[in-house]
Amino acid sequence: MLSQIEGSQAVATAVQLCRPEVISAYPISPQTHIVEALSDRVRTGALQHCEYLMVESEFGALSACIGASGAGARSYTATSSQGLLFMAEALFNASGMGLPIVMTVANRAIGAPINIWNDHSDSMSMRDSGWIQLHAQSNQEAVDLHIQAFRLAETLSVPVMVCMDGFILTHAFEQVDLPTQEQVDAFLPRFVPQQVLDPDEPVTIGAMVGPEAFAEVKYLMHATQVAALDEIPRIAEEFADTFGRRSGGLVRPYRLDDPDGPAETVVVALGSVLGTIEEVVDAMREEGVSVGALAISCFRPWPLEEVREALRGAKRVVVVEKAFAVGAGGIVGQNVRLALSGLPTEVYDVVAGLGGRPITQASLRGLFTDVVEARMDSRRLHFLDLDVALVERELARSRQGIRTGPHAENMLRDLGTVASGSM
Amino acid sequence: MFAVRIHGRGGQGAVTAAEMLSVAAFDEGRHAQAFPTFGSERTGAPVVSFCRIDDRPIRLREPISHPDALIVQDPTLLHQVNLFAGLKPDGYLLVNTSKTLEDLGLAELVGTLDVRRVATVPATELAREHLGRPLPNAALLGGFAALTGEVSLRAVSDAIRARFAGAVGDGNVRAAEAAYDHVAHGLGAQGLGATSGGRTTDA
Amino acid sequence: MAYQEVKLYQVGTSVVGNRLLDPERRTVQARMGRSNALTSGHRACQGCGEALGARYVLDAAMRATGGNMVAVNSTGCLEVFSTPYPESSWQLPWLHSLFGNGPAVASGVAAALKAKGREDIRVVGQAGDGGTVDIGFGCLSGMFERNDDVLFVCYDNQGYMNTGVQRSSATPPAARTANTKALGAEPGNVFGQGKNVPRIAMAHEIPYVATATVADLHDLEYKVEKAMTFHGARYLHVLVPCPLGWGASSADTIRVARLAKESGLFPVFEAERGEVTAVSRIRRQVPVEDYLRLQKRYAHLFGEHPRPDIVARLQEEAERNIARYGLLTAGPAEGEDPS
Repeated sequence: MLSQIEGSQAVATAVQLCRPEVISAYPISPQTHIVEALSDRVRTGALQHCEYLMVESEFGALSACIGASGAGARSYTATSSQGLLFMAEALFNASGMGLPIVMTVANRAIGAPINIWNDHSDSMSMRDSGWIQLHAQSNQEAVDLHIQAFRLAETLSVPVMVCMDGFILTHAFEQVDLPTQEQVDAFLPRFVPQQVLDPDEPVTIGAMVGPEAFAEVKYLMHATQVAALDEIPRIAEEFADTFGRRSGGLVRPYRLDDPDGPAETVVVALGSVLGTIEEVVDAMREEGVSVGALAISCFRPWPLEEVREALRGAKRVVVVEKAFAVGAGGIVGQNVRLALSGLPTEVYDVVAGLGGRPITQASLRGLFTDVVEARMDSRRLHFLDLDVALVERELARSRQGIRTGPHAENMLRDLGTVASGSM
Repeated sequence: MFAVRIHGRGGQGAVTAAEMLSVAAFDEGRHAQAFPTFGSERTGAPVVSFCRIDDRPIRLREPISHPDALIVQDPTLLHQVNLFAGLKPDGYLLVNTSKTLEDLGLAELVGTLDVRRVATVPATELAREHLGRPLPNAALLGGFAALTGEVSLRAVSDAIRARFAGAVGDGNVRAAEAAYDHVAHGLGAQGLGATSGGRTTDA
Repeated sequence: MAYQEVKLYQVGTSVVGNRLLDPERRTVQARMGRSNALTSGHRACQGCGEALGARYVLDAAMRATGGNMVAVNSTGCLEVFSTPYPESSWQLPWLHSLFGNGPAVASGVAAALKAKGREDIRVVGQAGDGGTVDIGFGCLSGMFERNDDVLFVCYDNQGYMNTGVQRSSATPPAARTANTKALGAEPGNVFGQGKNVPRIAMAHEIPYVATATVADLHDLEYKVEKAMTFHGARYLHVLVPCPLGWGASSADTIRVARLAKESGLFPVFEAERGEVTAVSRIRRQVPVEDYLRLQKRYAHLFGEHPRPDIVARLQEEAERNIARYGLLTAGPAEGEDPS
């Protein structure tokens, strides 16, 4: 049913329709509306046979899910940013034990400096945790991915995080087609756990494994994620058949194979920024520029073959990402370069949107034009819309001597945001 | 695409206004996207919210830098924040005030706009009168409907009732209707006998 | 349940196998049919108080629940020595997650069972003092506050033994550990505020809180079975000497535990909803010195440079406990087995 609702409400509905049995929740901006909505639905009885635990920290939240999943219950939680880090230990624990927990990550920047706005540094920091990472481009896709996530998690016995841009998607009102309970029940069968705590058949879960077998256990985790590369498209296909629309999958090309000709320049990105990117691609195509886009829908496991296949015809690839590896470079960019190794493609790593800085059509247009007209150096990491003068003033201050004060505060003063009281 | 930017302060319902506007547009079969600039929940702090309306699915995610319409919920913001940045020359301006725009020091700005697309409405007073509380957001949507014709008053009223139940919904709808009348009948015009532009209006 | 031949020894006290007791009053450990939830083959040190405590507690819990229960274990000695890959000593459903989240995981299990309409299956969470009093404290308090239906058991050997005997906030003052050595002006652990988790549990006013030691099996089993008659959050704090960490003889584990109680340093009591309901009296008070001298972790108080001042402070602490809980009040206390 078509509805005009807030992204968080839509996701809460999607989770509700998946019939979770245990939800544990600890609030953090910008995930709060999701967990609040789910609390309401449990209270009113809209969501039945579900225990809602109000835990004392994110660490408690995921830990409770671990216990619940171990006891055979379909379990769910949601978090962002600092909260994701606070449960980091539990993330690895859950994936190591093969517990099919589903979690929404409302992507938000990680401090210091503290920042509540969107970027991808949180989920990127946990890319090696053994969780499957799916990224939603719109609220419709966020709804659809949660439903697919439970199915995927329980099929492979691996936890799945569904990433959606905090505020930009969670707090946006837009049109969403909400499925019916019947549709979801047909798609998502009852949870049959691979392992369960049962007094009638006692098992020991969580034993210590030494050097003689640890590598093999980890190898199996890797193999499971690699198996997801087949399972994810299969599930997306079945989803399309059941619900009548395409969502999810590994990658999604946009105008790579146009009637005007294959895209010579391809922009690669994750999440909601793809909407803006598609608008810019259309505008530039209008003017005869050979450009297209590739959405990465599944970041972990990394769909290397699919990315290589999609980008094989491109001369230039511009990776626009909302996080980066401090001291090393792009993150998605590194993965893309890996996929393209051996090919002569020029890859440009561009960091944009950090800490919630809007990524505008104008900026992207300028960026793509610079790339197409060969004004960018592909060997360097680029920061879109960086206030270079501000950075230089701060560096000059630092060079002046000891006790120059915290960088963040100095720069805010420089921008006039501290003194003016407009914060 | 029609882009609306709403300026207010935390606690005045600027975010809800954008959301209700998007619901009104959706109810009339159009695509709409509403979102705020985000910040920690703080009463009194400047808030900006956005609403895009289009006949095609909306993909853009950036804040609205070139609005087709600007709604100013709180005139105390006028000289503190650059509210008017990017407003198109043929854009609409609706200001919540019982004063004239001249009194507010905006004569020069109004001079750059199409006067038929500029209006004031004493939304806070209307809200106090019909709702009993000085919350101008719903009333302003009524004024917006009259000024731009981008959504009908009917759709606005339905959206208000969907958000606010019972007496609160009724009160807000009455305030919206009063604001609609105020703008539609040129009472908010700058003394030039303006009528509303754009699409057909509907009571 | 597997058939296991069990040898019983009469030791002339109210411990295992007193053959003068009616069969119904014998301990679970004294019965052939005990579940042996923690079975033999685990890798605990000789004389490990925690292995003893865990077996006592879980067999009693299994009896009380008819075998319908799940155990959640935090990281620590017990978890490590009971599950040396590829073997496990556990004969009940058992889940180990992390060090700091035992109580939260147990809460999650309880929630799952409730959601599935299987509240007949009971949940026991267990951890050492580290996982309860320190790193697991936040989760523990959360579990108490929500009154989740979990019996949480702390096996308190007063230090992080699994990692090499470092101090925890349950380590008593003056005790030597690897990072509170007998060096400097204040040898051994500092005299801080301490962290009395049984009293903190009482402050949460949960249905049932009790302390016990491995020296009194009847008392410990009684408390486990009693705890299982309640629903909601329950907490049991069991003193379990660690021969290695305490520097005591492995043959002295039960003796040391008894002296901890008889000196007044470890009060044994029960509480419900924040009020003490019963106290296990000291039978024959001993000076703290009798208890301390059995453990090398206190050797520095008596050696070349004796510290009678510190011993006196510890004696004061014991006297405070005795006064506070009425540990020497005349008359048998409720729940105490007079035999």
